[in-house]
Amino acid sequence: MTPFATFCLRMGDNALILGQRTGEWCGHAPVLEEDIAFANMGLDLIGQTQQWFGMIAEELGQSPDKLAFFRGEREYLNTLLVEQPNTDFAHALMRQYLFDAWHLPMLEGLVTSSNQQIAELAAKAVKEVRYHIDRSRDLIIRLGDGSDESHRRMQDALDWLWPFTADLLARDDADAALVAEGVIPEGERIATRFAQETAETFAKATLTAPEGPRRTGGRTGNHSEHMGYLLAVMQSVPRAHPDARW
Amino acid sequence: MYAQMVESGQAGTTDQDRAFQDKIDRNVRIEPRDWMPEGYRKTLLRQIGQHAHSEIVGQLPEGNWITRAPSLQRKAILLAKVQDEAGHGLYLYCAAETLGKSRDEMTRELLAGKAKYSSIFNYPTLTWADIGMVGWLVDGAAIMNQVPLQRCSYGPYSRAMIRICKEESFHQRQGFDIVRTLMEGTEDQKKMAQDAFNRWWWPAIMMFGPPDGDSVHSEQSMKWGIKLNSNDELRQKFVDQTVPQAEWLGLNVPDADLKWNEERQSYDFGTPDWDEFFAVIKGNGICNRERLDARNKAWDDGAWFRDGLMAHAEKNTHKIAAE
Ligand SMILES: [Fe+2]
Ligand SMILES: [Fe+2]
Ligand SMILES: [Fe+2]
Repeated sequence: MTPFATFCLRMGDNALILGQRTGEWCGHAPVLEEDIAFANMGLDLIGQTQQWFGMIAEELGQSPDKLAFFRGEREYLNTLLVEQPNTDFAHALMRQYLFDAWHLPMLEGLVTSSNQQIAELAAKAVKEVRYHIDRSRDLIIRLGDGSDESHRRMQDALDWLWPFTADLLARDDADAALVAEGVIPEGERIATRFAQETAETFAKATLTAPEGPRRTGGRTGNHSEHMGYLLAVMQSVPRAHPDARW
Repeated sequence: MYAQMVESGQAGTTDQDRAFQDKIDRNVRIEPRDWMPEGYRKTLLRQIGQHAHSEIVGQLPEGNWITRAPSLQRKAILLAKVQDEAGHGLYLYCAAETLGKSRDEMTRELLAGKAKYSSIFNYPTLTWADIGMVGWLVDGAAIMNQVPLQRCSYGPYSRAMIRICKEESFHQRQGFDIVRTLMEGTEDQKKMAQDAFNRWWWPAIMMFGPPDGDSVHSEQSMKWGIKLNSNDELRQKFVDQTVPQAEWLGLNVPDADLKWNEERQSYDFGTPDWDEFFAVIKGNGICNRERLDARNKAWDDGAWFRDGLMAHAEKNTHKIAAE
């Protein structure tokens, strides 16, 4: 696979798998406004997935739906963070926020990509993601600095999810090649923005990011055990009827 | 329709009551600050409440398929639809608030099993084809009832209906499109569609509530302009609209008594199983318990979230006061 296809696949997989997790909340969120917000974010993310996959469909010789519904977990290149389960709503919010804190600087960098298609996609997606992070950051602060229980739950979620942010920030040769061509922003820039964003927010939220081991692997297809179940559910209908159109 | 068997209050006989009825007869909209009879207010609250709860509970059977929608486009469309339904719930709770009842109070009644919602959402969505049926038939039946309610006598309710109806007709078309795609597909897909149609047809017919002869308390609601057509009228309209669509799709309507009546220029059709309807209304449908459990679980599991936001707001008020 070319670096370009690898990158687009990773972006699309992140959006799809997070969208899948987000969609699980419909009808089950703590207040009606959150039901609406989660459905809305899910919708944005699935839309972005379609665009990322659409961009590489020709090169890979597979339609976006084929990419979504007929790849196994070892072929999925999303980060470990987005596949983590909806343990409770605190985990869902923290997962969203950490992703947004990386996604926003990434998309802002992509707006000036030397690749016209990517620049156009990013220009649209960045507006959606600014809205996502405004919401998720605000909730992290209010709930971190809220009641004893909300503080404890948000800290638990952060303790659990923080190690996976290493996977968001990880880089390899494919990234380096694209940076050199001006297709994607430098990893250093994104990492700095991510560190600033999260440090400020967690200070306001009275939360502490844990020290200790970091987890990587999703970007190269080495997932957590959750991933297989997520795909089994998501792909069940198309795989049961491989010749069907929907 | 989403409000079934709404018990209607009594009209009074004072001058004020007569003046109120006169306003309604002259098609003047009633607004929140206007005087209204207590019976009118209570009946409206019950009706709007049932409608709002139906939108909320209605998220569940469709949400059941968001994670399994078979294409990216269908997943996006379904997410958008469920988001719309939650939004409908929100507008309707706001309309009810103008009548003096808070969303929290209404939510508690729903969770305690004291407030009704449409019988239709107590049926399970077993296959992907069910999502097509819900859009085509259930949203279709809801529209039959809600289009006339755009002209109902209570301003906030009628305005909520105008916004809602636009989105509902999208939902119906999208549902129809799911079914059409299945019927143009493989043998398995066609079978899936026919099976789902067989299961949803009668429950959809029953959405309009019991036959007019057995229908309690609707006369006063009609006088007050908050129920605009009888159950049987709307049911007939729905059958007349839907049967030709089913035929066009190549689906068999599961009703041996269905026949075009040349004289009436309408379809004659069979009698639904009203025992089943009343069993569902009383809580004995296939999914009544699951639906209420799911809503209660969401509410209970979310208590810390709501309390946490309140605690933060309180801290901030203190901080501002101290400055
Ligand atoms: Fe609705
Ligand atoms: Fe609906
Ligand atoms: Fe709808």
